[in-house]
Amino acid sequence: MLSESQAKKIVDFVLELCAKHSSKKHPAQAEVSITGSNVATSRFANNEVTQNQAPDITTVALRVLQDQRQVRLETLDLSDKGLTKLVDSAFEAVKLLDRDEQILPLPSKSKKDKDDKLPVRYDKATASETAADRAQKIGEIISLAKASNLSAAGVYCTGANFEAIGNSNGLFNYYRESSCECSLTISKDGITSWAKAHAPKALDIKVKDMTERVIAKTIKAQNPESLPPGKYMAILERAAVLDLLCQLWWDFSATSHIDKLSCLLDKVGQKVFGDNVTIYDDVCHPLQCGSPFDGEGQARMSLPLVQRGVLTGLVHSRQSAAKMQAKSTGHALPQPTGYGEMPANIIVEGGTSTIQDMLSLVQGKDVAVLLTRVWYVREVDPATKLITGMTRDGTFLVQNGAIVRPIKNLRFNISLLDLLNNVIAMGPSLRTAGEEGQPAVVPMMLVRDFNFTEGTRF
Amino acid sequence: MFDYLDIALDAAKHYGATYADARLIDQSSELIETKNLTVSVFNRGNSLGIGIRVIAGGGWGFAATQKLTKKAIIECAKTAVEVAKASGTLMQKPLQLAPEPIYNATWVSPHKVDPFSISVETKCALLIDCAKTMLAVKGVTLAQGMLHFIRDDKYFASSEGTRVRQIAIRSGCLIAASASSEQERQRRSYPCSFGQYELAGYEMVQNWDLPGHAQQIAEEAVALLTAANCPQGEIDTIIGSSQLGLQIHESMGHPSELDRALGQEINFAGASFLTPDLRGNLKYGSDIVNLVADATAPGALGSFGFDDEGVAAQCTYLVKDGMFEGYLSSRDTALSIGLPRSGGAMRAESWRFVPIIRMTNISLLAGNAGTLQELIEDTGSGIYMETNKSWSIDSMRFNFQFSTEIAWEFKKGKRTKMLKNPSYSGITPVFWNTCDAICSESDYTYWGTPNCGKGQPMQVMWTGHGASPARFRKLTVGISGSGAKA
Repeated sequence: MLSESQAKKIVDFVLELCAKHSSKKHPAQAEVSITGSNVATSRFANNEVTQNQAPDITTVALRVLQDQRQVRLETLDLSDKGLTKLVDSAFEAVKLLDRDEQILPLPSKSKKDKDDKLPVRYDKATASETAADRAQKIGEIISLAKASNLSAAGVYCTGANFEAIGNSNGLFNYYRESSCECSLTISKDGITSWAKAHAPKALDIKVKDMTERVIAKTIKAQNPESLPPGKYMAILERAAVLDLLCQLWWDFSATSHIDKLSCLLDKVGQKVFGDNVTIYDDVCHPLQCGSPFDGEGQARMSLPLVQRGVLTGLVHSRQSAAKMQAKSTGHALPQPTGYGEMPANIIVEGGTSTIQDMLSLVQGKDVAVLLTRVWYVREVDPATKLITGMTRDGTFLVQNGAIVRPIKNLRFNISLLDLLNNVIAMGPSLRTAGEEGQPAVVPMMLVRDFNFTEGTRF
Repeated sequence: MFDYLDIALDAAKHYGATYADARLIDQSSELIETKNLTVSVFNRGNSLGIGIRVIAGGGWGFAATQKLTKKAIIECAKTAVEVAKASGTLMQKPLQLAPEPIYNATWVSPHKVDPFSISVETKCALLIDCAKTMLAVKGVTLAQGMLHFIRDDKYFASSEGTRVRQIAIRSGCLIAASASSEQERQRRSYPCSFGQYELAGYEMVQNWDLPGHAQQIAEEAVALLTAANCPQGEIDTIIGSSQLGLQIHESMGHPSELDRALGQEINFAGASFLTPDLRGNLKYGSDIVNLVADATAPGALGSFGFDDEGVAAQCTYLVKDGMFEGYLSSRDTALSIGLPRSGGAMRAESWRFVPIIRMTNISLLAGNAGTLQELIEDTGSGIYMETNKSWSIDSMRFNFQFSTEIAWEFKKGKRTKMLKNPSYSGITPVFWNTCDAICSESDYTYWGTPNCGKGQPMQVMWTGHGASPARFRKLTVGISGSGAKA
């Protein structure tokens, strides 16, 4: 892991080399991005460790702009010789491309006013956990599973990541964050349940509580029965909400609108979701993670995307902003890229309902399905944002205000545009980790007309 | 380069490893993407580093470093041993490996034209020319192109004495046209939706003739905007070979991974319905269904000389005459179910990742149904679906749903109309048992899948899938409902 001063030294060294390739006739600009991670991962299954890895990687990327041409090159060779080769190769390569008049000059130093609000997300203890520390946590999980005659599988990861970016206009930013992730699956006779948590601080992940919760759910999930496909109410636990809604995030990027690919095309300012849906992006939210600057080093702005169901904004890079005569919101992906930008710190505003409140709303002839998580979610129709996927790791039938029995897993086909118009109740928004997208802050939801189309055999 | 590996192996043994292997990989890559008439991405990358895997205290440990100094490699080996010893405290019994001969060899993937020797101007011009052709078709709203080249120079050595060097060149190409209206977003791609990838040089780009197909896919993308929706029902369906390649990948490749079958991937990628007790006992498909794991197929994306634990490439049956027969395996998992030898399927995305069981080339052997047109004529009425659009399968690999970019209805052996938003679904062994015709060698292609994700942390792997079009009787079509708004 490079410190800020070590990263700055590399950035300055590379920029100095780049300056030698710049002339009055052929002025050049350069951007140096450095990313690094030493997150170590211990995996376990069948109540023993199956893989255990501790890599330590730092990558240097150089973007060069010269004569309205640009290239991006990457290397892992951080020696003076390696970095010199990177610079020479970049300036050789940039000459090979055609001019592109749409390429923007590099940005200047960005404002850092947001940084004051950014929570500290680096915890030294988490960053320096050892293989023995991770084994101890996994040992706790396995002991609890064995005590219930169950089998545990999962992953426990700790370490830190950093990002640094500097350019020839004097911009320099550095950010580091520690990281702890724990996900676990408890199984009995092929029936499973699951939970996952991610936080900058290991102490914020209560491994014992998580394990006990998953054990209890696995026991409840035994002997599932089939439920005929159809439209039912659905109680979506937060991981399910995240892994469904993350399919929608890129539709908020301006580039998806410029390319006429977004399902929200031409709908800015229009009512697209129910009154109870508000979505925004805010890197400084206390439950969010990630660096406060984008792929070009610009400060990430906090902005509303959907307010009470109305599409109010899109995230922009400088490039998309120039094309749409808008202002950049600091959401650029590393450039150059065809994808443009991405909201990176989503918060879906929640409500005050508890699970008991949601269960009590399922009465009379109503039937609901409670989903622990969804799996293999893929877009079927980009225009209607129709997606398909499967339930997984704990699916239950709800009737008359109570969970009545476990059911076999189901395939669904639903439009996310419909889903967000069918939200009946929401729980509080909390930091949530899934497997389809990055962690975000989302609530549990009760929705109507969730369309299950087929069943499976388990 | 073997000197670096010797330092790693000596250090690992010094710190207490009972087994060690080390991989050093020097990788170069070039990615060119075009969007309409501009080069939107021109990236080149270099990656050089060493990954050290050890058994110590009865458990696995792995560490990796990009610092190729003696001190850093020794430190990395020490970390790997410490990690392994921590694993060992939570093992039910010490790890053991199936035996494998010792090799001393060099392997080079077959290629005619080094893609890095072709000028950037030539490559960009190829994609821009295709974009001009696509954008000339009225209604096209986005034209995209991609060329991707990777060269791996990989050195492997183990404490058992194996020392192998492998040089592999992979090339990929893609063009795609999108058309949008208020109600529709349609896309057609060529040769397939993620791009076709092969273990080959630039000659593969020339062979696929992108310019010769640009106009056709552009016209099809626009035509799809107003095409009829795919109907719903149980319909005799012919699945095109690239879509069938992904079907094989999801419904045979992944479930035959022995780590999944043993529950080792249950927390993320899932498990498998193909449990060891079903070997030789499950009628996975009809009698004409023969599926192999073939790491020796020349030019196919999943081929190699040796896997990432030094096991020589093999071709083995996964399904023979419809019966489930074998697994993709590693040295430790093979031994755990009593197999005499690993199937040679351990691979890692790069030096920085630990090898895991991955698909090689999982292929459906060709049948005798002739060409695609002959199969359409033989079928009479039905639907032909081509080019993957979306894919989803449950965590045990039973229930799947795929959709394709395009389909055609055919009647009396002739294509009658284009269909948009086609999809089909099923249960894996039921589906493969309805397969009653497979086209012949003449229509056989090795498709390359460049983006197979597995493991924690996620690793992306290159896999290959040989297939020719095949017919499936009374397939469930259109249940996604994506055609409902017609």
